[in-house]
Amino acid sequence: MPTYTLNTPLTDSDIDKLRSGDVVLLNGIIYTGRDAAHKRITDLLDKGEPLPFDLKGASIYYVGPSPAPPGRPIGSAGPTTSYRMDAYAPRLHALGLKASIGKGKRSDEVKKAMQEHKAVYFGATGGAGALLSKCITAAKVIAFEELGPEAVRELTVKDFPLLVINDAFGGELYAKPKLDD
Amino acid sequence: MREIKAADISAAVAQMCMSANTKLPDDVRRKFEEGYKNETTEAGKEIFRQLLENADLAFETKLPLCQDCGLAIFYVELGEDVFVPGGINKAITEGMVTGYKDGYLRKSSCDPLTRKNTGDNTPAIIHIDFKPGDHLKISYMAKGGGSENMSRVTMLAPSQGWEGIKKFVVNRVAEAGPNPCPPVILGIGIGGTFEYAPKIAKQALLRKLDDVHPDPKVAEMEAELLAAVNKLGIGPMGLGGSYTCLAVKIALAPCHIASLPLAVNVQCHSARHEEVEF
Repeated sequence: MPTYTLNTPLTDSDIDKLRSGDVVLLNGIIYTGRDAAHKRITDLLDKGEPLPFDLKGASIYYVGPSPAPPGRPIGSAGPTTSYRMDAYAPRLHALGLKASIGKGKRSDEVKKAMQEHKAVYFGATGGAGALLSKCITAAKVIAFEELGPEAVRELTVKDFPLLVINDAFGGELYAKPKLDD
Repeated sequence: MREIKAADISAAVAQMCMSANTKLPDDVRRKFEEGYKNETTEAGKEIFRQLLENADLAFETKLPLCQDCGLAIFYVELGEDVFVPGGINKAITEGMVTGYKDGYLRKSSCDPLTRKNTGDNTPAIIHIDFKPGDHLKISYMAKGGGSENMSRVTMLAPSQGWEGIKKFVVNRVAEAGPNPCPPVILGIGIGGTFEYAPKIAKQALLRKLDDVHPDPKVAEMEAELLAAVNKLGIGPMGLGGSYTCLAVKIALAPCHIASLPLAVNVQCHSARHEEVEF
């Protein structure tokens, strides 16, 4: 299985070489956002107001971390289920979002948007939040602090372990359930 | 009457919330070890390896096993001769709030429409069953949103019977696919009413993964469903393999002659629950 070490922000040439099934160790800055933050970001776009971070080349991690205990940058921080962000993702990809990180299936609309705008969907291991937090070296809230666990955070990650679930060429990693009928 | 102090209940509940979120139950861990050994796909094996490492790390560091520390669900067996001055609901709720605060656990409860977080994980979801005697047992479950979202209740026609039940359960798991963090555990409530079936379905998830239902017929049904679901090949985190489901736990209750209620509660692999007795 090919393994790539990539740095954010991601570029078109980074995306071009990735295929579903590849392992990626991601380094640099990524942003957190889940249900409520996506709603707020979309509202800002509707009003033509500036976003809390530049979407160009950005990676969004669908996560609501647990509170950071003393001496740690962040608490447990594994992925949440991605389909809830499907309603928002195509618009963000059109504006330059290069990767989303989560777990679970994406809609056809999101997959199409990733092909059109050169982007990928990474899977992180759900339920391994303590382990994944080891790869997060810094975290700070940059927007919507009142949302608590759902606030937008800027995370610095080091060799954050990901799998390419959907690539920019229509590839899909998830197993299709074998049903008799 | 036996008096149990509210403060004792609160302290035990707080401790239980912190412990359950950081220590994977032994029966679940044994299943992960078995999966790591026997899973047929490399990707699935690797997930089990990560989950075992995650469990070790959570236990050492007291970081939660999963950032989704869930809504706090309590199933309580309350002896009718027990008296809790101040009230048992308040005692459990206060313990839960303390545990989630002191344990740095995530507060995941919000207003359904404004989506404003309640800030302290309240309300605790408390189901109380009265029992004869002066015993008190409190079971706590941290139920995450991802797996709860994949759960369903349906009202089958009696003519659909066991075959209809099987079909619904298998299709539910197939449709959920990678979303609920497989390998899952299924709590199945068969019978009762529209609100009672899901209550017993979730309660069934409190059983040990490796226990065998005392009724051999139900034990057989559980084994049959487990095999049917594992044929789907969804595998750990949806990456393919033979471990889609770790266990199926069925609870039965009599129902109306017109109905066949069925509830499927999907539990993620991070099956966190503990109990305390007084």
